[in-house]
Order: sequence, then C-alpha cells, then structure tokens
Amino acid sequence: MQLLMLLLFIVMPVLLSWPLGRFMTAVMNPSANSSEGMLAILLRKTGGRMLQREQDWKGYLISMLFFNANMFAAVVLMLALQQMLPLNPDGKGPLKASLIFNTAASFVTNTNLQHYAGEVSMSYFSQLFALTWLQFVSAATGIACFTALARALAGSTLVGNFYRDLLRSTLFILLPLSLVVALLLVAGGVPMTFEGAAAASTLEGAMQTIARGPVAAMVAIKQLGTNGGGFFGPNSTHPFENPSFLTNYIECVSIPLIAMATVWMFGRITGRMRHAAVIFSVMLLLLLLKSVIALNLESAPAMAFKGLPIESASNLEGKELRFGPAGTAAMWAAVTTATSNGSVNCMHDSLNPLTGLVPLAGMWLNVIFGGVGVGFINMFIFIIVGVFICGMMVGRTPEYCARKVETHEMKLALLALLVHPLLILVGTAIFASTTWGAGTVLNKGAHGFSEILYEFSSAAANNGSGFEGLGDGTVPWNVATGLVMLLGRYIPIILPLAIAGSMAAKKPVPETTGTLRIDTPLFAVVILGSVLLIGALLFMPVAVLGPVADYLSTSIQ
Amino acid sequence: MKTTLMEDTGANLSASLRIALATIVLCGGLYPLFIFSFAHFVTPESASGSLVRNQAGKVIGSRLIAQAFTKPGYFWPRPSAVKYTAEAAGGSNLSPAGPEVRQRAAQTVKAFGADFRRPLPADLATTSGSGLDPLITLRAALFQASRVAYARGMALSDVQAAIRRHAAGQQILESGDGFVNVLELNMELDAARKTNSVPR
Repeated sequence: MQLLMLLLFIVMPVLLSWPLGRFMTAVMNPSANSSEGMLAILLRKTGGRMLQREQDWKGYLISMLFFNANMFAAVVLMLALQQMLPLNPDGKGPLKASLIFNTAASFVTNTNLQHYAGEVSMSYFSQLFALTWLQFVSAATGIACFTALARALAGSTLVGNFYRDLLRSTLFILLPLSLVVALLLVAGGVPMTFEGAAAASTLEGAMQTIARGPVAAMVAIKQLGTNGGGFFGPNSTHPFENPSFLTNYIECVSIPLIAMATVWMFGRITGRMRHAAVIFSVMLLLLLLKSVIALNLESAPAMAFKGLPIESASNLEGKELRFGPAGTAAMWAAVTTATSNGSVNCMHDSLNPLTGLVPLAGMWLNVIFGGVGVGFINMFIFIIVGVFICGMMVGRTPEYCARKVETHEMKLALLALLVHPLLILVGTAIFASTTWGAGTVLNKGAHGFSEILYEFSSAAANNGSGFEGLGDGTVPWNVATGLVMLLGRYIPIILPLAIAGSMAAKKPVPETTGTLRIDTPLFAVVILGSVLLIGALLFMPVAVLGPVADYLSTSIQ
Repeated sequence: MKTTLMEDTGANLSASLRIALATIVLCGGLYPLFIFSFAHFVTPESASGSLVRNQAGKVIGSRLIAQAFTKPGYFWPRPSAVKYTAEAAGGSNLSPAGPEVRQRAAQTVKAFGADFRRPLPADLATTSGSGLDPLITLRAALFQASRVAYARGMALSDVQAAIRRHAAGQQILESGDGFVNVLELNMELDAARKTNSVPR
C-alpha cells in the first residue's frame, strides 16, 4: 500500500518530464528557421532592441541582475503601497518595513519564505500583481540561467540573451502549464474569487469569518515554479488551497515536474543524453531514498501519546485527513525539499523528530532536482568537483564536456560549494546563541534548535518551508533571512556561470580512451559520492545537535 | 569603452522596465482573470468557497472548512490549534513527542470520555495542519455516535446509518477507513429532526 503510494506520486512526474524536456528545449532553443514567427517579433517588440543581442556570460548575468533588481524594486513599491491600492476588499493595512524587505527578497529569489500569513496581511492586489507575478519571473530567471549554463557547456561563448530567454520561459513554459494546473485545481474545488471574506453564522450560532480569494491562480504557479509561497498561512494544508486527495496529487506531481525536465533539456542542448540520464538517475535515487525514509518514519505514532487511551495510528499531528494516511504527507515533505519548492501539506514542525531530518537533508544537498533551473546549476558544481577528484586520482588534468577543468574553475567551484553551508551554519550559530533566535522558538530543547536550523537551511536553499512554530516575524529574523536568501540565490548562479563561461572559452580537447567517461553507471557513483560525502558531511554535526538529539531525548525514557 | 557601458546600462534598464511591466500585466492580471472567468462560469459554487446555506439562504459555513461544535448533540471535529478561526488558519506546530501535545491530548481524551476500554481515535487527539480539517475518520464518527444519539433522543442505529451514508462518499485510498464531513453530517441530523427540538 505504502509502496503503491510512492509510485503514484513519483512515477507520474518522471514520465511527464521526458516530453516536457523536449518541449522546453524547443521553446528555449528554437531551430534557426522556426524562430522567425509572429511570436518572435512580438517578443522583440516587448523587450526592445536589447533582445537582438547575443550575450556572453558576463553580459547575460548583468542583464539578469538588472531585471532582478527591477523585480525587487517593483515589489517593494507594491507592498509598501498596498493599503492605497485596489483589490483590497478586506481592507488589509500597511506592512512592516522589515517584512516588506524579507518578502521582496523571498519572492525575488524564488524562495517564498513567508514571515506573514497571506489571509491576514496581504490584499488580493499584493497576492496577484506582486507575489504571483514574482513566482513567474523568478522561476523564469532560474530556467534562463540554466539554459545559459547548458549552452556554455555545449561549447558556445555566446550563451544567448537573458531577456529573450526570460520571456520565452514565462510565456511558453510557465504560463501554459500554470493555466492547465490552475484549471484542474478549479475543477477540483479550489476557490477563485475576488469577493472578500465570507461571514457565516454557524450551526451553533457562533460567527465564523471565512477568508477566501483568487487562490487557484497562485497555487498553480507556486507548485510548478518551485516557489512554494501559498495564499494562506498554512499553505497547502489549507482546505481552500488543497481541497481533496485529487488536488493533492495534482499539486504534488507539479512540484518536481519542471526541475526534472531541465535535466533532459540539458542532455538535448549539450547533445549528451546518456550523461543526462546518469544525472537524472542519481537525482531520482536520492529522491526515492528520501521518500521511503520519510514514509517509514512518519508511519510511527506520535510519541507523546504513549500510555494514553488513544488508538495507535501514524502521526496525525499537523496532518489533514483528506490526503490519506500520514505517509502521503511525508512523501510531499520529501519532494518539496528535494526540489526547492517549500510548499507544505502538513506542518513540518510536527513531523516525528527523526522525520524532520529528511526535509533538512534535502535542503542541505539542494541538488535532488532542486529549484527550476538552479537545481541543475547546483548539481553542476558537484559534478565539477567529482570530475576533479577523479582526475587527481589518475593523475590527468580533469575534463568535463570536452573542456579542461583547471585551477581557476576549481577555485570558483569550491567557493560556490562553501557558500551554502557557511550561510546556514553561521546563521544558526549566531541565532541559537542569542535571544534573536533562542527567544523565538516554540518547542524547547533540541527541537527548538531544529527550528532555528531549519529556518536558515530553508533560506539558504531558497526553499521557503519552515518549522513554523518559530516566531520569525521579528526584525532580526526578517533582515537575516532576507540577506541569506539573496546571497544564497545569486552567488550559486553567478559562480557556476563564470565557470562554464571560462570553460567555453577554452580549446576543446579531443575525447580519447583516457578521458573520464561521464555517461556510465560508474560516473553516477562518482556524482553520488561527491554529493553525499561533500554535501552531507558538512552538516553532520548540526544534524546530531538537532533532530537526532531530539529523537534520542524523547524516545529513550 | 565608457560610452558602450553607459549605452548598455540604458538598454538594460529600458528592457528590464518594459518586460517587467508586460509580465506584471500578463501574469498578475490577465492570467488570473482568465482562470477567474472559467471558475465563475463552470464551478461558481466552489469558486466562491463552497459555502453552505440554510433554508433561509443564510451562510452557515463552508463545506471545506471545519467549524466549532461543542454541544453533545452534534458531532465534534478534530481539535483546532486556532480555534477554527477561518481568517487566520494554522497548526499547533508542536513536536509530536513533546509534553504540550501530551497534555493537550490528555484533556481531549477527557472531553470525549475515552478510556482504555474505548480508546480515542488518533485523529480526534491531534490538531490538523490548517486547524480547519473538515473531516473526521469513520471510526471517530462512530466513536461519538452514542453521545449524539443520547443527546438527541435518537436510536443509535439511525445515527450510525447516517454516518455510514456520509462515509461512503468519502472513502479515499486507505482500505476500509472512510471519512465523514462533520458539518454535512450535523446538518443532515438537524434536517432529519426538524419536528423535534434543538439539540441540548
């Protein structure tokens, strides 16, 4: 039964990712004769003359930063003026300055960490024009940068045009897919209305105010774009975001879909399909591993009920019954943190102590399909490191995609590798040892430490889920996680593109019998090794201090 | 060299602004509007929140959202960490191994009158993620049947039959374990008892 569930949730996106990868390649890299349609002209009209240029990696990144700065400014403006803007039937008031900064950083970086509850703080205007808009263009930024990386590794020094790529992925990938998913969700009972909250007088005669809004539009793109930011505070646990078993399935399948397709897209652009298959299988293996572990751990009953007259069942604290047994929620927890989505259909803070390690590990590695586009970019760094270690072992200059990997590239790769743990560990250390963090936890002891650790892991991985017991609406949390999200987004995009750009500028080396083959099962072991040994070992100490200590202190009595 | 950099900045700025504006209109405006129109015409009832009304046309709640029930003559939903506040939903976020959950569960056990001969179904001992879970398990409904039947002066078998009727439509995946929508079940009991008095 459990296994069937697993297959149901993972096989579908794997199957869909193949045709989608083909479609996305055709959209992002149209063959020369097909690109001169009406749409291409429309694109050029929208963006102006800037769109006709072919950019090198530097020009591409500069344009990306320009556009992202623009996104940031626009959203700050919209959120700061929300009380004066239209589409505010429930009269939402002004937002705190530090919250505006945090929310802007969060949605620009595709993180969607939410230090507010949507139905409490945001007007419909903010939800749609500010946040839903960013969910599209931040995801498109990831897909664009990934495409540039793939083109560079295919050997071209001119990696495309950022604005053109951004428009292509927004208009032809994200919008149509979101339309399909949103319509399915509407059919499944998700609300889509511009009316304000409904006032009900209950059967027992009490008053209940029921918040609602244009929910379906946001939920579709939040899942597909690995954004994760929900319309309501408790995200996809809320019956209006996720009303049934079926909508739950649709949403869960949407989470890894595009990230999976980018792997195939990489194979097509570089002409190395077998290499892509090797990478895909490593990612899939890790995803299955996470899911099986989560499924099993979460099937255990809540420890707190030991000795009470309560029927034995899987841990239902923080779970919704309509999604089936607790295992399906644990599955979602595994998928949403493998990709950097971060939407939740159960409260991660209320997962069994050891289960909490599964989402944490996903965010620490951040390469199990990962965020749309950026997941693959992260994996590229681990591949480079793996290639380098193999090269050192046999005493050859390491090569990847027919280009030499030398000192310059390795320096950048190591820097890119270290940013992620640095942001998480330093942040956690500072907040756990001061009242900034220690004064804001809900659960005591090791579990409270996990809340702090989770928040920084989520911010650095641009994930956005949380151990939501944490009182994270304070100025220190807003500022610190805002900065971590920005650094955790742009450094791991800039450095890998710099590496790929520098490799593309080199002379290709002919592949000989001595070349390390990157399309074999052996290479899968190499990638897996570098991900697990380098990525996971860095976090072993905090894993023991948080979830493991939490488990031991509550289970041994 | 300098002029090209300036030119680049200008070109970048203008492209950024134009594309931002275009995508705001498209993704924040037209896309939701299209879905709204579809929902408005095809699923008008669920599009505005699956609201349920009484005969007088007054809204009494949403089919998808749990509301508080405290009287013994009604079935009770799962406990809610936000007291069924549907304008600020949320879970307890407490550790399922922690003392707070244990304390709360002990109180719930008492409120439901459970003991070791008749233990409480686990869904009634836990708060949901949203605090608004509209369902309880079939077991949890049957557990409450005798209380409801007694308070309403109904035959136990009639109450159980009503429960099973509702559970039949809600059977998902897990073999044998159906679910019951608490509000709908309570409404049906009220409707069936139209001639009698309000539940105690």
